[in-house]
Amino acid sequence: MQTNVLEYLEQTVPRVPDKVAFADENGELTFAEVSNNAKAIGSALAGDGLYGEPVVVFMEKSPAAINAFFGVLYGGCYYVPLDVEMPAFRIEMILEQLKPRAVICDSTTKPLLGQFGYEGKSYLFDEMTKTAVDDAALSAIRAKQLDIDPIYIVFTSGSTGVPKGILACHRSVIDYIENLSETLGFDEDTVFGNQTPLYFDACLKELYPTLKFGATTYLVPKQYFSFPIKLVEYLNTHKINTICWVVSALTMISATGTFKTVKPETLRTVAFGSEVFPVKQFRMWKEVLPNASFTNLYGPTEATGMSCYYHVNREFEETDAIPIGKPFRNTGIILLDENNKEAAFGEPGEICIRGTCLTMGYFGQPDKTAEVFTQNPLQTRFPELIYRTGDIAHYNADGDLVFVSRKDYQIKHMGHRIELGEIEINCGLYDGIEAVGCIYDKVKGKIVLFYTGNVEKPELAAYLKQRLPRYMQPNLIRKLDEMPHTPNGKLDRKALKAIYDNA
Amino acid sequence: MSETYETLLGILKDLHEDVDFDTCETLIDDKILDSFDIITVITEISNEFDVAIPADKIIPENFNSAKALAALIDSLEED
Repeated sequence: MQTNVLEYLEQTVPRVPDKVAFADENGELTFAEVSNNAKAIGSALAGDGLYGEPVVVFMEKSPAAINAFFGVLYGGCYYVPLDVEMPAFRIEMILEQLKPRAVICDSTTKPLLGQFGYEGKSYLFDEMTKTAVDDAALSAIRAKQLDIDPIYIVFTSGSTGVPKGILACHRSVIDYIENLSETLGFDEDTVFGNQTPLYFDACLKELYPTLKFGATTYLVPKQYFSFPIKLVEYLNTHKINTICWVVSALTMISATGTFKTVKPETLRTVAFGSEVFPVKQFRMWKEVLPNASFTNLYGPTEATGMSCYYHVNREFEETDAIPIGKPFRNTGIILLDENNKEAAFGEPGEICIRGTCLTMGYFGQPDKTAEVFTQNPLQTRFPELIYRTGDIAHYNADGDLVFVSRKDYQIKHMGHRIELGEIEINCGLYDGIEAVGCIYDKVKGKIVLFYTGNVEKPELAAYLKQRLPRYMQPNLIRKLDEMPHTPNGKLDRKALKAIYDNA
Repeated sequence: MSETYETLLGILKDLHEDVDFDTCETLIDDKILDSFDIITVITEISNEFDVAIPADKIIPENFNSAKALAALIDSLEED
């Protein structure tokens, strides 16, 4: 039985050592190179006495950064990807939570490390890969490792203003990769075009199936997602046949009439998720790619990536929502009502997930973990955890799950999961701000921030850019004379919505 | 200053209150506008000016400055 994700790599290397595994516009790495580099990095970490602890990978998005992840795993540690474009304040907050002893950098990021107050050891990827492979040390590490040991931590928005680190282990990732691969039909000929950043679980979809099948992943340059014709030409040039993208990246192409100029020629598998795919846009894709498979995916980071899928195989009205479908094999979904009872068929309930796919919870935050990873209330005779997503769904007549709404103020914005509370708390910390309220315009996809206080808008916007990642920046800022409150003193978001709608 | 340019500056300012769109000529090169901004700007332009920017005009050169973008809108309105 497979117990370590590196077994994917080890089975593939002898078969296709010289095939390109990961590539971007600056270079590429073959499976043999990925393997050698990863073993060298693992040996370097082991040589310095690091084991079973977080190792930060602070590198530009590249094949090398991915390679560093596997190197960390060879060392029996778990990787934490941090992005160069994250604001310094957020990186400091994450480093403070993790207190890592090692950070792997590239030549661009290494000089930046000093500003975060980090005092541990820093490594350069290019130097680590020159370390002699210590087979004895790597074997000893592997012999100790269990499939319940962690692989990575990814950070997601937290409503208290502090990001939460979600920890996943070998076993949940293997479970996910096996079932995702079966559902989407990946194989050795799969050529992925990766869109999502490496610091989210979304990139698991490309990284591990590439190792498992000996497939190839191209990291599509980020700026291409602003220029649709270039983007489609890129897909055609590299003969990319499989994409798992956020909906907004797909609609950017279809809504601008790109298909009149250039059509994707090699795509055969299109998976999307995180947001509702407007049926009108979906039809344009279906028309230009009549033989491709289209699959809607749904799942929270806390359950290792995606949990449910729906192969779109029938027509939908423009007012319909494409269902999120059924759970993957070996994943269970329960819809719980407000009384912790199973919702009646067709009635809305909170999506609760059970199975090997559950992650290990939030790093260093046992209270937060216990709030949402709870005993299954439908079965109380032995310990069994479920993850409560906070997402409300119901079953349609076909028995497919359909997403309805959130129970709280978490939103999905451009494929990113964001707590409006995190934006409000960070904004409220600025000198001179008296009150803050955020709403989300779902139709236009805009985060709207209202505030009161003696602060000018440009000043506030500049401050927020230092505190919050790009995708959490308000898309519209409005200053008010007075913040609306409900009779019992809470922020009145409905009144804010009315102010926004009447503007 | 043309009316198109004034309206466009308003749209851009709403997106990034802290950027001087009147003088900046590297909106794309310096990653001031990201893919989300581009989508928003295209949508707002189609609402405000009743012109649709075709895909072949969505290129970095047309989005690097407010002036270039205003010129594009004017040329589309003439068609």
